[in-house]
Amino acid sequence: MEIFDILLTASFWAAAVRIASPLIFATLGELICERAGVLNLGIEGIMVIGAFSGWMAVYLGAPLWAGVGVAMLAGMLFGLLHATLTVPFGLSQHVVGLGVTLLASAVAYFAYRLSLPEVTSPPKIVPFQPVEIPGLSQIPLIGPAFFNQTPLTYLAFVLIAVVSIVLYRTPLGLALRAAGENPASVEAQGLSVTAIRMGAVIVGSGLMAVGGAFLTMSAFSSFFFEMVNGRGWICIALVVFGAWRPGKAALGALLFAAFDALQVRLQQTPLGALVPYQVFLMVPYILSILALVLMSRRAEVPAALMVPFNKGER
Amino acid sequence: MRLEPIPNPSALRSIGLPAGALVLTVIVASALALLAGANPFATLGLILKGAAGSKFALLETLNRATPLIFTGLAIAVAFRAKLWNIGAEAQLYAGAIVTALLGTGILPLPSALLIPVIALAAMLAGALILLGPVLLKTRLGVDEVVTTLLFNFIMLLFVSYLLEGPMKDPMGMGWPKSPALEKAARLPRIVDGLRLHWGFALALLSAVAVWVIQTRTTLGYEIRAVGLNAEAARFAGIPVGRVMVKTALLSGGLAALAGFSEVAGLKGNLTLDLSPGFGYTGIIVAMLALLNPLGVVVSAIFVAGVFVGADSMSRAAGVPTYIADILMATALLTMVLALKLTRTRIRWR
Repeated sequence: MEIFDILLTASFWAAAVRIASPLIFATLGELICERAGVLNLGIEGIMVIGAFSGWMAVYLGAPLWAGVGVAMLAGMLFGLLHATLTVPFGLSQHVVGLGVTLLASAVAYFAYRLSLPEVTSPPKIVPFQPVEIPGLSQIPLIGPAFFNQTPLTYLAFVLIAVVSIVLYRTPLGLALRAAGENPASVEAQGLSVTAIRMGAVIVGSGLMAVGGAFLTMSAFSSFFFEMVNGRGWICIALVVFGAWRPGKAALGALLFAAFDALQVRLQQTPLGALVPYQVFLMVPYILSILALVLMSRRAEVPAALMVPFNKGER
Repeated sequence: MRLEPIPNPSALRSIGLPAGALVLTVIVASALALLAGANPFATLGLILKGAAGSKFALLETLNRATPLIFTGLAIAVAFRAKLWNIGAEAQLYAGAIVTALLGTGILPLPSALLIPVIALAAMLAGALILLGPVLLKTRLGVDEVVTTLLFNFIMLLFVSYLLEGPMKDPMGMGWPKSPALEKAARLPRIVDGLRLHWGFALALLSAVAVWVIQTRTTLGYEIRAVGLNAEAARFAGIPVGRVMVKTALLSGGLAALAGFSEVAGLKGNLTLDLSPGFGYTGIIVAMLALLNPLGVVVSAIFVAGVFVGADSMSRAAGVPTYIADILMATALLTMVLALKLTRTRIRWR
């Protein structure tokens, strides 16, 4: 019964949308990479560097939106590294991705310790504040959930539409999807698979970093260690769950976030007190694995995902 | 640009390029030291001194290398079959849990029997942890990278639950740790008075055993065949699914031994900070060793040395210890690139 009470509160849905926002950015970023044929396991570390660099820029006096830009650039830089190693050189996407994750998070932690050597509690910035959308925010339940959020959340939802339109309604999107399905056909059109894939990885990594920046600049107001906490890996599961389609993947992120918000609230009920809190914290990871299992039969994996392309080779 | 294979790379190429990767790593280290306002030569010297400058330092490095040999072997075995086991961390903790459970006096056995029993039980636990993701891969085609990664988070939460609940040490003053192992379950020191336990010897033995399996047995041959080309292996009549499962059992068991050796040899109980990412670092160890089991020993000692050295350098020179992680990531990425370039040349056209 408590579940129904929770489901009918506006704060629950607002929390679900808030939790989904960073996942939407990063999931869309990963989706763009994979649609072009590159698995980007750098996602976890790129989210860390995004969370750190955006926050640090604002802490040093930059405006919030400039901080988002800094985070995006930092993500794109690591994306460039990933793309260079995996696309023209065709190195193992698993190994490079894990290496980039390690490098990006170590660089973030190193820079954090270097710039703030003595702090015990991390300093705070003034994060993005919720902006009420007049009229729409008055709708019961849905209003406060979707229309009283920070600008970054609105941006996340706008991006779902933008990525869908670009992927399915533009020549660029067609070329990008072809690079992930049948790279030889792209070359036959006189386009460069290398350029398309590198571009996709760089842009996708930028989005992942903005997802990370959401954590320090919208959800919380400071940077701390382990704050990304596997969200990147969850986003990889969400891409599979969404069958490599932006709308479905975003819906998956929302559904996932709703479960996450629900488990936090269930912990505070009498029922929740009977179960160890660690069980609740496991829920997101278990859900991700379940999502992968459920979709395993139906998933339409991009045919050339993880297949390096070398011009002139058959 | 286009890549062309080189059939017979020159000696200059096959030695020069990997050496170049290491030089690049050292250059990155120097740049980071400069950035932190320290003298690069002094910083590198302090890392070297902290890793191998004294008997104490060297033993500390070998102690740190012990779990890395186990996890490095676990990764080397799995990656050879293109089984992407990123969950060595979870398997390590599975081994550690079993060791902490069985080592506190519930098995009335003499030490010479108790220790092998615990080690085998730990291996079994680690193997079972990896079995789940591997069966999902072979039966349903679920990508094992994500499932094994997610298992790491689930396992850490499970350990946290155990340490605050059923396995909590009543004498622990509220600290989340398990009760101390009985003396019979502890791995003794190799030499009295020196802080190096038999776990290190077991790690060396495991490396040799894995080398024998890989080079002298049918399973080793099958693992390589599956890794090189699973389709061709299936066509040649190799039961790919079964080879994957065997690989997983071996890999998970080896990673679990890292947990066993840390609990029974070094710490004496289970805590949440038992492993500072040994499971992940094992990937670097294995890749730097080119997945060669004997090479894993060398690269584990090297990697452990960098971490131990960076710890002591950080205390002295004030450069953050994360320099070690940056160096390891740089070494990994430059090394895989260097190895690729020994076998291929770039044609700009």
